Amino acid sequence: MAPFEPAALPELLPVFYRRLFPHGAYGRWLGYGGAAKNYFQLREFSFTLRDDVYLRFQSFGSPQELERELQKINPYKIDIGAVYSHRPSQHNTVHLGAFQPQEKELVFDIDMTDYDDVRTCCSSAEICSKCWTLMTIAVRVLDRALVEDLGVKHRLWVYSGRRGVHCWVCDDAVRKWSPALRGAAVEYLSLVKGGAETVKKVTLSEPVHPFVRRSVSVVERYFAAYALEGQDILGSRESWEKVLALVPEEHREPLRGEFPKKRDSAQRWELLRARMERTRRPASAGKGLPCYADWEIMLQYCFPRLDINVSRGVGHLLKSPFSVHPKTGRISVPLDLQRLEEFDPFAVPTISSLCQELDAAGEPEDGSEAEPKRRGYKRTSLAPYVRLFEQFVEGMERARRGEALRRSDLQGDF
Amino acid sequence: MEFSSGRARLRHARLAGDRRELYPHSLQFYQEPPAESVSLAEFESFAVDRLRLLKIVENLGVSYVRSGDMYKNKLEQELRKLKFPYRALAEDDYDARRKDHISHFILRLAYCQSEDLRRWFLQQEMDLFRYRFNELNDSLRQKFLEHVNLSFEAISEDLKNEWANDLCASTPGLSMIKVKEQMFYKVGLSDAVELFRARRVFIKDGFAYVPLKDIDAIVLNNYRTKLSKALALTARSLPSIQSDERLQPLLNHLSHSYVGPDYSVQKNTGKISLEHIDALSVKSFPLCMRQLHKALRENHHLRHGGRMQYGLFLKGIGLTLEQALEFWKKEFIRGKVDADKFDKGYAYSIRHNYGKEGKRTDYTPYSCMKIIMSNPPSQGDYHGCPFRHSDPELLKQKLQSYKVPLNGTTQILELVKGMHYQLACQKYFELTHDVDDIGLSLNHPNQYFAESQKLLSGGREVKKEPSHLGNSQQKSSGQESVNSNSTPTSSNTTADAELEGLEAYFAED
Repeated sequence: MAPFEPAALPELLPVFYRRLFPHGAYGRWLGYGGAAKNYFQLREFSFTLRDDVYLRFQSFGSPQELERELQKINPYKIDIGAVYSHRPSQHNTVHLGAFQPQEKELVFDIDMTDYDDVRTCCSSAEICSKCWTLMTIAVRVLDRALVEDLGVKHRLWVYSGRRGVHCWVCDDAVRKWSPALRGAAVEYLSLVKGGAETVKKVTLSEPVHPFVRRSVSVVERYFAAYALEGQDILGSRESWEKVLALVPEEHREPLRGEFPKKRDSAQRWELLRARMERTRRPASAGKGLPCYADWEIMLQYCFPRLDINVSRGVGHLLKSPFSVHPKTGRISVPLDLQRLEEFDPFAVPTISSLCQELDAAGEPEDGSEAEPKRRGYKRTSLAPYVRLFEQFVEGMERARRGEALRRSDLQGDF
Repeated sequence: MEFSSGRARLRHARLAGDRRELYPHSLQFYQEPPAESVSLAEFESFAVDRLRLLKIVENLGVSYVRSGDMYKNKLEQELRKLKFPYRALAEDDYDARRKDHISHFILRLAYCQSEDLRRWFLQQEMDLFRYRFNELNDSLRQKFLEHVNLSFEAISEDLKNEWANDLCASTPGLSMIKVKEQMFYKVGLSDAVELFRARRVFIKDGFAYVPLKDIDAIVLNNYRTKLSKALALTARSLPSIQSDERLQPLLNHLSHSYVGPDYSVQKNTGKISLEHIDALSVKSFPLCMRQLHKALRENHHLRHGGRMQYGLFLKGIGLTLEQALEFWKKEFIRGKVDADKFDKGYAYSIRHNYGKEGKRTDYTPYSCMKIIMSNPPSQGDYHGCPFRHSDPELLKQKLQSYKVPLNGTTQILELVKGMHYQLACQKYFELTHDVDDIGLSLNHPNQYFAESQKLLSGGREVKKEPSHLGNSQQKSSGQESVNSNSTPTSSNTTADAELEGLEAYFAED
């Protein structure tokens, strides 16, 4: 793959917006089937230009107008904001205070830097295939809860382009959620609490809520491979002391004595897990409190860490799908949940690799009319990601048609 | 939310004269404003009583655990005393429910005017509502929920059994046996937002499954949302209310005053001797009492309103029943009333005031708010608030005759013009006691007297923070007084800030 050079962006971006960016599906997504008049026109876009010049409150009359503007100014980065009470581009012309965000997708932002205290392989902006599993777990845990608990249907999961993932929940009802309800959802979905000054960041007590129980069983599927083998969290005295600090004192000493006798992380974990499980058996009732330290450890090491402010604020901006990441050159591509475990952030196409592919494929042979220039992505490795995105948009469109049909049927009864 | 049909129901109820239909429950969400005519006198007395009730709610909330018996007993006593619906029994107490309804809406008008006021009002009304809702028995609760459209669909027994483990694990404090007994309701996430946030309820497919015991959290949450929205909307329509010159001063006083200590307990009973009253009336009486005293001395008579206002004030500053009887008798028999007539006609009411006759209520001295707002003086009356109830020209003459300097008089008249009667009184206090700033807000004639005495006997330092008044509401009203007192122009900026608060509210929603 061609290495990405940020300096090449001014040259590559025009190609990207002219021939690669999926304008069609993008416009259909944010138009929401014309659900509300002007819905697209009231949407805030914000662009980052060269040298971090930042343009907020951009808005457009139609997806076509947006497309022309993108091709004109070639932004380094696109962010999507809320649907406002008035056209964002005219926000200065309305009475102060009248300009208010009304609706937005419920979004989640999970960033690998928030896991620095529990990963040993990398830190800050770095990621590797080992710690990327944390993102896989995060998507699995949250997506299960979004569907089964919150009852949402249309989730678009996107790789952020560098070290994290975003989720866009697009259901009609959810886009109307108040900040209070969004905040409540994030709190419902958060288990890891406390900053650098808190050692034990997850505390469970009876009764254990079904959300916790189900999240634990998701985490369990990955825990052995990720934490015990990959991160080897019980591999050395130094690392297991970090784990033992999360165990109540009465269990800590016996485990500390036994751990050196065991061969590896897996065996040590089995010791700890079995001990905790015994405290929770009905037979052991009365012999001390049931202890969930094994679950707490699993959650502290693996459970998704959400940024509540991104999700709560309706007006908060989030990097758009298919935007280029200006540092890595990678495209923010949708994630395929069917094949999430296979996703490799390092294999995601960069703007330079895509342009190279375009060049290699050459111009379409028999005239450009059969295949307009803007469908250039079809001949690159971006194609499967655009296909995923189209499937997502089609899913929403199908649901809308079904709803419209149901409504007209109801009316037909008269 | 069934606005029109509710209205139609109300109208229908009125036409039919079916009072039971109008208030089917002892508890209400106050969704429909009163549609009947209310006399000004009733308007005032309802408002004062509700404000007193809310102050009690606030004080009890500070002193006792809200779910405790002490709290409940005390609150019930007060509700009973003030003639509000005090127990959620099925008894059809139309008058109390009507009073509850009307007084709530009056205070809404008074307390929608600033962010602070709204917050305070909301808090007290929420506490009051919570208490009342929790007093309901199960069937009344069910009926009430249906009435306010919060009757959620209960899940079937089959479904409950299928989910029993999850329901039990989701709801702290609920044993499996209790799960079997309880009804669970299917509630939207936005209605159950607090339970949802705290993960204290079973969440599935976008709904919360709430046991009956937690329905109160839902109802309270719903009530809070409705009331805070209503307050914000009321604030927006306030300009049209403020143009009503009968209501505006009342509303301002409701929100700017507070029901402070009621001076019903006399610490210095018997320490005043009758010979000193003349001198005290000049030195330490507020203008309203000085005026009453003077009228009494001149006419050897006061009409009922004056006797009540002044008599209770005297009781408050420490006159014993015997002294009071002597005081009034001596004065009255110098006029047209002979001793026999006094004993038969007037002594009774004085003993009554001291709780020795009739229903034996120990009457409390009138506060400024009561004096300003209720029972305005008519022909031949000397009671009321001189700042509120005097012709400005007469007030000016009077102040000048009392040697208030001219520029002070002008200041007082300015405050009167702006309907800041209590601030005007405070100014009068400062001018007559030669202090720059008494450092607290006056809202009771007996407080005026006590502060004056402290100052004159050197027992009080000026410019001290009000110490015994430890509640937020009062601080804020004190703060506002200071603002409008020192810089008249600042009232504009305050109004702007309030408007911003309002916008913030809408933004947050």
